[in-house]
Amino acid sequence: MTTMTLAKAINAGLRQAMQDDPKVVLLGEDIGALGGVFRVSDGLQAEFGAKRVIDTPLAESAIIGTAVGLAYRGYRPVCEIQFDGFIYPGFDQIVSQVAKLHYRTQGNVTMPITIRVPFGGGIGAAEHHSESPEAYFAHTSGLRVIAVSNPQDAYSLLRQAIASDDPVLYFEPKRRYHVRGEVTEELGQSMENAVIVTPGTDVTLLAYGPLVSTARDAALAAADEGISIEVIDLRSLAPIDYAVVEASVRKTGRLVVTHEAAQSGGVGGEIIAGVVERCFNYLEAAPVRVTGWDIPYPPAKLENHHLPDLDRMLDGVDRVMGR
Amino acid sequence: MADTTADMVQLVTPDGVRKKHAEFDPWVADVTGDQLASLYEDMVAVRRIDVEATALQRQGELGLWPPLLGQEAAQIGSARALRTDDFVFTSYRENAVAYCRGVDLTDIVRVWRGNAQAGWNPYDIGMAAPAIIIGAQTLHATGYAMGCVADGVDSVAVAYFGDGATSEGDVSEAMVFAASFKAPVIFFCQNNQWAISEPVGLQAVRPIADRAPGFGIPSLRIDGNDILAVMAATRIALDRARSGGGPTFIEAVTYRMGPHTTADDPTRYRDAAELEEWKAKDPILRLERLLDSLGLFTHELQAATKAKADAVAAELRDGCIDLPDPEPLSVFDNVYATWNSTVERQRTEYASYLASFDEVSDATGQPAIEQSAVATAKGGHV
Repeated sequence: MTTMTLAKAINAGLRQAMQDDPKVVLLGEDIGALGGVFRVSDGLQAEFGAKRVIDTPLAESAIIGTAVGLAYRGYRPVCEIQFDGFIYPGFDQIVSQVAKLHYRTQGNVTMPITIRVPFGGGIGAAEHHSESPEAYFAHTSGLRVIAVSNPQDAYSLLRQAIASDDPVLYFEPKRRYHVRGEVTEELGQSMENAVIVTPGTDVTLLAYGPLVSTARDAALAAADEGISIEVIDLRSLAPIDYAVVEASVRKTGRLVVTHEAAQSGGVGGEIIAGVVERCFNYLEAAPVRVTGWDIPYPPAKLENHHLPDLDRMLDGVDRVMGR
Repeated sequence: MADTTADMVQLVTPDGVRKKHAEFDPWVADVTGDQLASLYEDMVAVRRIDVEATALQRQGELGLWPPLLGQEAAQIGSARALRTDDFVFTSYRENAVAYCRGVDLTDIVRVWRGNAQAGWNPYDIGMAAPAIIIGAQTLHATGYAMGCVADGVDSVAVAYFGDGATSEGDVSEAMVFAASFKAPVIFFCQNNQWAISEPVGLQAVRPIADRAPGFGIPSLRIDGNDILAVMAATRIALDRARSGGGPTFIEAVTYRMGPHTTADDPTRYRDAAELEEWKAKDPILRLERLLDSLGLFTHELQAATKAKADAVAAELRDGCIDLPDPEPLSVFDNVYATWNSTVERQRTEYASYLASFDEVSDATGQPAIEQSAVATAKGGHV
């Protein structure tokens, strides 16, 4: 058990995965000599060499497309997309090729590719560095989508993602890279499982990625007012662990879902539809979404008016409680 | 923006005359008369596959067919130069390459009949599932080649694509990566002059082969209807790749004598005179003339070739028509390599839905949905 930052936990996960399996190779911009713009791959090229930690030319479609070719050849590529907003040049290779090759070849070809993406805002960045594109990929059959919130999960779920024979979009909350936490080498619960991080009885508050810690803080604040919030870290956005979510909503009867991504067409809408289908008679009130607005990510000085914060989450809780 | 063909390498003229070429000749010096006859048989067979598949489409047995008519030499000449441990990444038109790699003819039509999206196991024959997304396969080939280097083997990846594909960003990105990583990949561009209705001059204002050297990749521009030039160029590129020399770009200048697919009507955008001009440069006719000049175009060869073509056509037709329709619930197969709760939940749901029709059928044995249609047609109600 060691205390380390979320970024270092990813680093440890990459290192362990590469030690365990010589077929694991890393591809991305600036991941080698620099160790990544967030230092997530720090030291890995020195340890494993430039043939396994590959600094690629500046071309996202090629990072993903050559990973497809490497996967055909039996490798287990881990691609880094430097920032969320840069994933789009690679979108076609992800959804047309990576997501579909197992299906279209009747299972003869596997794409055990992990695509790591620092995502989310709250870091005062320039445009295209604070996006939340997870919904595009959660909507694409053939892909698994994971969003981690803490150092332990960052380590464990990354190792599971790399070991999985399915392609995985692995979203890392970049504004939490510096947060420290306990990390063991255990793989823990399946990456498909949602986890209750704060048990409660009055309201289910569902979050993922960077907003999980905000949700936990909201639960602490609400407790002072006598409201018991059950915080769930969704972890897997595709597939969604409805077993855990459903059990919680049956208990509380009230659901709030929160994400940084825009409201319309977001993962929150999908979850609420799924919950309504399963738990309609248990709902005391219409579920509530606390999300980014349906706007492009705003300039840094305005981002706090876009990102859900503790107060907006508590406001959502008030609404679902009819207060 | 005429595509000047004056500077392309040609070993056999359209009249079937063997020309000397100092650089290319050594690469095909070993080709015997028997091998030439075999290449001829290959080309006639794949042309017959095209004819047969087009007929099957017109008869409603195939949904679509993309003919390679006119491109036989470009595909056969290159594919026959490969080893079994090489791997090809193609577009949807390389059925002659598939033929050379040993694909079952039924597996070729499986896709175009609508039974599957990829007809064969890529690892059986060293040929990836064909790419419909234009140019995407060039990246796959480059990555595969990088994997060969990592494995320490001298296998080569070949990416087949057309002139239209060279406009796609993926193709340029592939060349950047191939050059930077010295990947043993061959970029084999069949410039067949047309991308559906768009002439090559729209894609490239100068010869396509001129691009690759800008990326640091040596380029060969060849007469794609000259099977010996194609074979020689491919062997040059293979040798370079196998010996650690990295990628090569080959532009095989040819012509798409048929439509883009059976859904296309080239009379809407193409001049009939242009087709006539290219018929004179037909790759099969050219090889016939060469074989004839060598005294090899015998009645025996012609009879054997026709018999082969007939056999191939029959096999294709039988395989196509005998293909069973896929099972409905197979739509849920292989979405993931691992068990997936969403897919399985939906599979169960749809299976119940389908079974509900069986349950409602009565003594007639007809499922309820057919009964209700009949009842409605007769003016009744369900």
